[in-house]
Amino acid sequence: MAYTEDDLKKELETKEYEYGFYTDIESDTFPVGLNEDIVRAISKKKEEPEWMTDWRLEAYRAWEKMEEPEWANVHYEKPNFQNISYYSAPNKKPKYNSIDEVDPELLDTFKRLGISLDEQKKLAGVAVDVVMDSVSVTTTFKKTLAEKGIIFCSISEAIQEHPELVKKYIGSVVPRSDNYYAALNSAVFSDGSFCYIPKGVRCPMELSTYFRINQAGTGQFERTLVIAEDSSYVSYLEGCTAPTRDENQLHAAVVELIALDNAEIKYSTVQNWYPGNKEGKGGVYNFVTKRGLCEKSAKISWTQVETGSAVTWKYPSCILKGDNSIGEFYSIAVTNNFQQADTGTKMIHLGKNTRSTIISKGISAGNSQNSYRGLVQINGRAENARNFSQCDSLLMGNKCGAHTFPYIEVKNKSAQVEHEATTSKIGEDQIFYCNQRGIDTEKAIALIVNGFSKEVLNKLPMEFAVEAQKLLEISLEGSVG
Amino acid sequence: MELKDKLVSSFLAFEEEFGGENDDLHNIRNQAIQDFERIGFPAKKEEAWKYTSLNSVLKHDYSFFPKKDDSLEYRDIKDYLIDNIDTYDLVFVDGVYSSHLSQTTHDKIDVCLMSSALCKAPYKAVVDNYFNKIAPKTGLNALNTAFTREGAYIHIQKNKMADKPIQIINLSTGKESAMLLQPRNLIVVDENSHVQIIERHQSLTDRPVLTNSVTEIFAAKRAIVDYYKIQNDSTSASLIDNTFIEQQSESFCSVHTFSLGGKLTRNNLNFYQKGEHIDSTLKGVTLIEGKQHVDHNTLVHHIEPNCESHQDYKGIFDGNSTGVFNGSVVVEKEAQKTNAYQSNNNVLLTDKATINSKPQLEIFADDVKCSHGCTIGQLDEDALFYLRSRGIPKREAQGLMMYAFANNVLESVKIPELKKRINKLIAEKLGVEVGFSL
Repeated sequence: MAYTEDDLKKELETKEYEYGFYTDIESDTFPVGLNEDIVRAISKKKEEPEWMTDWRLEAYRAWEKMEEPEWANVHYEKPNFQNISYYSAPNKKPKYNSIDEVDPELLDTFKRLGISLDEQKKLAGVAVDVVMDSVSVTTTFKKTLAEKGIIFCSISEAIQEHPELVKKYIGSVVPRSDNYYAALNSAVFSDGSFCYIPKGVRCPMELSTYFRINQAGTGQFERTLVIAEDSSYVSYLEGCTAPTRDENQLHAAVVELIALDNAEIKYSTVQNWYPGNKEGKGGVYNFVTKRGLCEKSAKISWTQVETGSAVTWKYPSCILKGDNSIGEFYSIAVTNNFQQADTGTKMIHLGKNTRSTIISKGISAGNSQNSYRGLVQINGRAENARNFSQCDSLLMGNKCGAHTFPYIEVKNKSAQVEHEATTSKIGEDQIFYCNQRGIDTEKAIALIVNGFSKEVLNKLPMEFAVEAQKLLEISLEGSVG
Repeated sequence: MELKDKLVSSFLAFEEEFGGENDDLHNIRNQAIQDFERIGFPAKKEEAWKYTSLNSVLKHDYSFFPKKDDSLEYRDIKDYLIDNIDTYDLVFVDGVYSSHLSQTTHDKIDVCLMSSALCKAPYKAVVDNYFNKIAPKTGLNALNTAFTREGAYIHIQKNKMADKPIQIINLSTGKESAMLLQPRNLIVVDENSHVQIIERHQSLTDRPVLTNSVTEIFAAKRAIVDYYKIQNDSTSASLIDNTFIEQQSESFCSVHTFSLGGKLTRNNLNFYQKGEHIDSTLKGVTLIEGKQHVDHNTLVHHIEPNCESHQDYKGIFDGNSTGVFNGSVVVEKEAQKTNAYQSNNNVLLTDKATINSKPQLEIFADDVKCSHGCTIGQLDEDALFYLRSRGIPKREAQGLMMYAFANNVLESVKIPELKKRINKLIAEKLGVEVGFSL
């Protein structure tokens, strides 16, 4: 009997989230709720110095006075912030010196995720700082990096060991009171990554971190701080998968990048939080503040592949403060079923001869809503600023929506700003052509989508590009017809 | 007293004086003033008013009871009319119809006054069907509705073609220290009919004037409507123009807006496509300097399949002027095979000028062709060099290029005399001598 599209649809509907599993590790979890005592307790638990506790408390006080933003083009049930546990850490400490000491169950988790540590230890080129429920469990390749003077560790470790650096830069790009979720994160962040590249050093490998939400009912609030000193270079990867959970999980991260004179930071993300089931139940709320600051002739490049989470609210931005600095944003956002994404970027041109490029590809299928929201701001003193933006949307089926909300504010006559947006669907003739050559519809769509996203996929580091391509396919399965 | 409170408290007096007998209208007005009281004037925190603040225009102590003035002669206003072609004219002075300056008709088509249409029996059916039916409930629309008294009433019956263009001229004489005008126009174009309309607001002195105008246009099947707005007012006059157009199948509507003057100009222009095979065209040229502010806020709502829309707005900003373009295209999920195009091109001439552009697409249908483009840039250096190498001075070369930049909007103007006039206006503003005519 022929395998029809209906069969395929049925099969996919019942298909469970591939990475949906739950690791049973005893966790050290705080009671639910948020108040000053909880903030203090988190700080104490992490054995933080007093200035850090005060910093958190100030953020908490600012957060209390703020209101949850509603301007984004997404609709969801607001999380109850008093119903979340703000701290959870895998219990079995201390750290392991060799891979054999690691809890076998945890190792199994990694295997299913596709990161097999023992293999990766040998596979030169990628150092993995694994964050499992907020606390970093194991850090590899630290030694190699240390030789170059590169610091790559968890942020709590950095607070202990490099307080002067953290104190100087934390909150300098994303101030504590920047927005509701940034304030919340500043108050309660449990862990995250810290990366420091000294002057003139080119980081020899891609730094990568896997984040995972594991414990039920724990929001994950990571904080990432990347500092690239003068004339240094680093490529940073961040990727996530999360197990199936029925209640909504909140993910409110803050990422700050600081690129000093002539430095370059490349930040790539593959995001695959649990998007909820096909009725739109469950799924992760992803409310993230990501921002980078470019000093003279520095360059920050954001690349993101967004395939997961029920609600995404994310605008990786560049503040082009120094003259001749460059900001780039490459994004693929895929939404299926009842997912909602409101994502884009902000390019703030302050310095002279600053340049920015925005390439955004939105793919919506099922009942999903996909919005691009971006700001290009050219200030009065930003002579000869240049921006090019391109936002393309691909629609599959007529139950989904694709929206574009670009904001362009120009106050300088020498600025050159271009914005282009198109919306289209996959042509029937394209699919027919593939079918005719023996490629089934599902594969044909994957092929076409890959072509549509190629400009962005090409910007990803090799290891990620392969994974991202696979992710796109998985995310769009079942959207045919 | 705040302008809002003053308006609300004067409503009863207004109703008594101009309200007339029509009960339906009373109800509409009463409802409108309640809406206005609740909503008020738009504030900057509203997304649609993010880049335009009305504070500077609302601070004046406006009077809003129009007084009749017959002292104006034709020669006083001749410059503001297109006088060398035959037209129907509707001239309003300080919000009051001026019969000796106007030329109306009831011969086959109705070109007459809102005030008479609102209270006379023959028009009742049309007014009931169309008046206040598509204007969204915003504070400004409600305010206009509450104080509706005068304006143009144009009804083109089935299979008729308006034999000449219609001009709607709103003049203010500056007899009052500050004047708030609220013209209300209703234009109904029946099946297979055709009309061309030119609208202009003009202040004759430097006294502050604020015009809050609402125009509702209904284009029935296969109707053709060409609407031209000339905004070249004095720098003390502000205009909030609210125009709403509902189109039925196979109709063709175009609105051209030429914003060349005024203190603050806000154009809310909405198209609602209620049928198939509709074509909507929105075009504009903005050419301002000094502290002028022009805001184009457009919406094209594609509701049914197989429709098209074209938007093309060009802006040239000198001095401290500010331009805003906020264009949205909404394509509903039934509106398959929609073809929507939107383009906004701007040139800033100084570092003090600002442009804020927000071209939006909201699309719910998959089989559509929608695109938008927005550019902000300078004149092409190579082209400039080419012109200068042929002996054209820099200033003139720049002027010529800006003229060319704005010109493609002019190309679709269908009244040759109007095209010539606007052409001249733009050339004057740019300081170029155009040695050729279009």
